[in-house]
Amino acid sequence: MKILVCIKQVPDMESKFKVDSEGKWYDQTDLAYRMNEYDEYAVEQAVRLKEQVKDADITVLSIGPERVKEAIKKALAMGCDRGVHIKDDEDYKKDPYQKANIVYEFAKDKGFDIIFTGMQSQDRGSGQFGVILAELLGIPAVTTIVGFEYADGVVTAKRELEGGKKAIVKVKLPALFTCQLGLNEPRYPTLPNIMKAKKKELLTHDVSEFLKDEALVETVKVDYPEKKGGALILEGDIADLVEKTVQILKEKTSVL
Amino acid sequence: MKVLLVAEYREKELLESTYELATFADKLGAEKVWFAAGYNDNLPKVAGKLYLADANKYGEYNPDVHKNLILQVVEKENPDYVVFVHSSYGWDLAPRVAASLKIGQVSEIVDVVDGTFVVPACNAKLRRFVKPATGKGVLTIQAGAFQPAEPNGEPEVEELTLDTADSALGFVGYEEAEAKSVDLTKAEIIVSAGRGVGKPDNIPVIEELAKALGGELGASRPVVDAGWVDHSRQVGTTGQTVAPKLYVACGISGAIQHLAGMKKSEFVLAINTDKDAPIGEVADVLVVADVMQFVPALTEKIKSMK
Repeated sequence: MKILVCIKQVPDMESKFKVDSEGKWYDQTDLAYRMNEYDEYAVEQAVRLKEQVKDADITVLSIGPERVKEAIKKALAMGCDRGVHIKDDEDYKKDPYQKANIVYEFAKDKGFDIIFTGMQSQDRGSGQFGVILAELLGIPAVTTIVGFEYADGVVTAKRELEGGKKAIVKVKLPALFTCQLGLNEPRYPTLPNIMKAKKKELLTHDVSEFLKDEALVETVKVDYPEKKGGALILEGDIADLVEKTVQILKEKTSVL
Repeated sequence: MKVLLVAEYREKELLESTYELATFADKLGAEKVWFAAGYNDNLPKVAGKLYLADANKYGEYNPDVHKNLILQVVEKENPDYVVFVHSSYGWDLAPRVAASLKIGQVSEIVDVVDGTFVVPACNAKLRRFVKPATGKGVLTIQAGAFQPAEPNGEPEVEELTLDTADSALGFVGYEEAEAKSVDLTKAEIIVSAGRGVGKPDNIPVIEELAKALGGELGASRPVVDAGWVDHSRQVGTTGQTVAPKLYVACGISGAIQHLAGMKKSEFVLAINTDKDAPIGEVADVLVVADVMQFVPALTEKIKSMK
């Protein structure tokens, strides 16, 4: 079984974001990067599937600058077999259609049985990449999965709907799945596995090998949300804050 | 300008969010044409042409088939935009339509400024102004971002058919949410723990404040996914939608899905080290402090008052 996992590296969402000099995305310097959280569930599901079927080979792929190799190495340490880095210093300027096309050009003749992605990225959040990739490859896509069972070439997946409800979907492989938080418990790479991962294949391609298409979406600008100025902000030492808070709760609510 | 609006059904019920599409279309000043894979005896009460595919035949969740039905309408009507709610139905189906038409998609629109669409990025710490470079496009709107329009008309229905309803995706059925051991929807006071609480060992500290106030413990999604708090206490789009008298958000940054579940609270007290956290947009008071220092002190104070 050939498995592909597509991952993205994103900044820690607790970061302070500054708009970049072109005014079209965030300034990428001085940020701590990590694997997109949704993608950790995708990697974990791929590794669990391999543990189940035994005879499987997992390729983990990421598009981006040199630093994204760190995310690929983490996925290798979690149990993926080989890494593919599609080097692109300007990946942030590309829209989901272009990124899906780049991976399509890479994957189209490789016969992957199953593809996992996160349901969205934490920074851009458009939730399009996986579905477009599946459309280009002509394979079915099941999105937002919180349950995954494989048997005899068929996957039974649970899609998360609103309000805690789920939809159960059956699909034959090949197919693509986009993974929602809570699907599984992503493992932490152990030290021996981190060491082993250093010996695993990590091939780099330049994005120009695969980029065939123009962007379909144009970013006009990026800025900060308007502050509606709703909240009264309290700062200071703890004892003082407690006094003020209690006073406000007494005045404004009926709970104290 | 003409828009094709995609209505949404679940278990034979039309979803209310469908009417938010009408408000969005009005904001664009666009002519409205509708599509629904729905039921003849429960149609959206909207004026305009409605292309109806019988959901008894074509399913409520059958994205390959719904895509082909929508493509049929696009061919007939040639709309400028095809618009969905950014829901588990919309975000699943929209990119299929966009990819088939090879036109740009803009996801999770919260506003329109001079014909450009505004979408949140990085946990709503930034916003992007984007538009399809292709002229025509597929759009999804954030649920709750546009007030639902009043149901105000009868659609002019045209039935759609396809030669085949076969799909690579087999819909087996729905699974209900786990029985809620805790009904937060009726709680008057909720104290919720977010990721900023730090570790599972700190949850009892939050619970203690909830007890001191006579309320219930709630939680944000990451805390539930990490197994620190049971799912039945999750507040947000995929958890419970609450409206207590007092909502205390401890170490919750304010992801959109969480805000959607608690913004009807009468009074919101947030505790966060980051004073720019999006929770500040819905909070009445934002205490800038470490949750693990402030919350125990507040609990002590409240206990001493009794």
